[in-house]
Amino acid sequence: MGSTSAHSNEGSTSTDEAPNRGGLGRRDLIKRSAALGLITVPTMSFLSACASGGGGGEGGSQTKGKVSKDNPFGVAEGSKVEVVVFKGGYGDDYAKAWETAFDKKWGTTSSHLGTQEITGKLQPRFNAGNPPDVVDNSGAQQIKLDVLFKSGQLSDLAPVLDAPSLDDPTKKVRDTLIPGTVDQGLQGGKIVSLNYVYTVWGLWYSGKLFKDKGWTPPKTWDEFLAVCKAAKDAGIGGLAHQGKFPYYINVAIMDLIAKLGGLDAMKAIDNLDPKAFVGSDAAKQSVEAIYEVVEKGYLMPGTNGLTHTESQTRWNQYKAAFVTSGSWLENEQLKTTPDDFDMKFLPMPLLPGSALPFEAIRAGAGEPFIVPEKAKNKAAGQEFLRSMLSKEWSTIFAQQANSLTIVKDGVDAGVQLRPGTKAAVDAVKAAGDNTFNYLYPNWYSEMDVEIQNASNELMAKRIQPAEWLKRAQAAVDKAAKDPNSKNNRRD
Amino acid sequence: MRKGQYQFVTGFLLAPMALYLIFVIWPYLQTIGYSFTDWKGQSQTFGFVGLDNYAALLEDNVFLQAIWHNILFLVFIPVITILLALFFAFMLNAGGRGGAGGVTGIQGSGFYKIVYFFPQVLSLAILAVLFGAVYRSDQGGLLNGLLVKAGLVDAGRPVEWLNEPSLVLWCLLAVVVWHGVGFYLVLFSAAMQSIPKEIYEASLLDGAGRAQTFFRVTLPLLWESVQTSWVYLGITAMDLFVLVSTMTSGQFGGGPDHHSEVMATVLMRNFLYFGKSGYACAMGVVMLLLTLILSVVTLRATRRERIEF
Repeated sequence: MGSTSAHSNEGSTSTDEAPNRGGLGRRDLIKRSAALGLITVPTMSFLSACASGGGGGEGGSQTKGKVSKDNPFGVAEGSKVEVVVFKGGYGDDYAKAWETAFDKKWGTTSSHLGTQEITGKLQPRFNAGNPPDVVDNSGAQQIKLDVLFKSGQLSDLAPVLDAPSLDDPTKKVRDTLIPGTVDQGLQGGKIVSLNYVYTVWGLWYSGKLFKDKGWTPPKTWDEFLAVCKAAKDAGIGGLAHQGKFPYYINVAIMDLIAKLGGLDAMKAIDNLDPKAFVGSDAAKQSVEAIYEVVEKGYLMPGTNGLTHTESQTRWNQYKAAFVTSGSWLENEQLKTTPDDFDMKFLPMPLLPGSALPFEAIRAGAGEPFIVPEKAKNKAAGQEFLRSMLSKEWSTIFAQQANSLTIVKDGVDAGVQLRPGTKAAVDAVKAAGDNTFNYLYPNWYSEMDVEIQNASNELMAKRIQPAEWLKRAQAAVDKAAKDPNSKNNRRD
Repeated sequence: MRKGQYQFVTGFLLAPMALYLIFVIWPYLQTIGYSFTDWKGQSQTFGFVGLDNYAALLEDNVFLQAIWHNILFLVFIPVITILLALFFAFMLNAGGRGGAGGVTGIQGSGFYKIVYFFPQVLSLAILAVLFGAVYRSDQGGLLNGLLVKAGLVDAGRPVEWLNEPSLVLWCLLAVVVWHGVGFYLVLFSAAMQSIPKEIYEASLLDGAGRAQTFFRVTLPLLWESVQTSWVYLGITAMDLFVLVSTMTSGQFGGGPDHHSEVMATVLMRNFLYFGKSGYACAMGVVMLLLTLILSVVTLRATRRERIEF
């Protein structure tokens, strides 16, 4: 493009150019091509971001060794295994420890990459058809699973789940896991991701603050509002949330809906029911309950605009009674939490007439591990996942990352837990079978984002609960129009 | 140029041209190709959908709103930045009235010149963090802290700068202007210094004041610099991806509720997060067309007779 201007004779100059007539002056040539270049470069960078690396498609030959009873997938000795993990709140030391153990057992050579830029590093490789063998596809820059699945990039993990467990070969792997946790990896009726870390969601508070102020942890919504009021009277906020990321306040809203309306209310949303929000009493009452917190001024001042770290740090400084989050909170806030903070977990308090008991919590698995369909050493990838689900590796994870895994009783009793993690473990025990978890954020990214936007508006008092319900329902209806949504269904 | 010179020039340009073709033009063409498909961005399987993506764009309120925001930026960023930069540059170079008839800047202009350039050395990422702290939505924020101390804002209801639909665009605009003024000030300063002092002296002798010197002498002689700046700033206004995506809420920014959305943020969200990559490519093509139209219009509209000196 830059060069064409050199040949054209149109231009801003008509006088003083006599000696150069018929061509262009050196100054003009450089100036004009520079100007045109400048115009095009910034837009180019955007467009080229869209362009693919080209080519690809061919998976190449897959490495495979001999299949035996101890080697159900046929890991080839001396083969290469490539592992990419999200290096976030859990670090990546656990993965390095796993890889060492894996290489020792199978005589493989594994290569390791710990990164936060999953999309940036891996999208070109998926496109080119040479993805790694195991990926922990997590974090803010994860490649959305629904997108990967629709592009045929994820392998079905049923063979791994149906293989014999390393701890007890008479059992299948899937029977050694906490019930319901593998469902989190469902896409179009298949389990395509292994969500490895067991997480609980709800409200968190400081045991110390509550003791000092003489507050009791609330069990009902009215008690919750009373504590918020007491907090406000004491000059601090009642509820803090991570306003810049409305994901967190949606935890509170959606938990209330599920606890009030029961599992049917939750499934109605996941299954894109035409009455998931508008026409659902549970949804209406829950959103109105949350809005009451806003209207009465019980939010921590400014919390709507804060990031997760800003907001949670304020909470660590005793500026708010409660904060919404998942059980990664303790690990995330390790540095800013005072030693005597005594972090505690609280299941979402109950609205009158709730279908589920107070102890019921949203619990489920996070941190999706995948084996790409086009991985060169798929067998090793599958074996890697099977090993992750052994007690040995699960304990390694608990030690290195200070969190629980989906393996049932997967941590040696000797491991010392921090107060917040211990509170989470106790909550899981108390909840028993009363756990629930939403699947729509994994299935419908767009709908999730639209509901988050509506929640952001609600918390800022710019829309009313009725409008929130309308917008959430519109997002559901829009997702239902996509023919692919027929493949996702939970009963 | 004499015959044969084109070939000579072309010879030197071969390598850069090849790089340009491979890394700029080819991805460009690919993007245009992808914009006619339902590509999801994660594999090489996709179907041809013709102009469906473009038709959908026309009904995409979020994208249309984003274009509107870009246009707002397009008007305000260049105007405000250039006016401020021109004013400061004039004061630094020819605004002084000290000495015996000499044309100098105001006192301490050397110092100011350096200070004004400071923002330009900061990368956009640092800028985002810095202004994140300025606009922070509780008392920990610089603005809120000051306003609360001054008693203008209730501590219980701080201004949520970047979470207010009516404020967020202006907050972003202020960052861009703050960042840009220093650079254009230096640019205009350099241009002003190449203006012969005799012209100023002559106008001074004729009794011209500051305003007259500026509008009758400085501005016309700086016109080419202003024109270039306008194109530069116009391009900044069409992009703004880094600032918006890091400072505002939402996936790749654009919040609250799409009130700070620009084309680039909508594009990225659709491309990476929603997996509508073909659709996002169509947005990229629209962005390209708008930018091209903009630059042609700007260059034509500001064309004037050049004054040689």
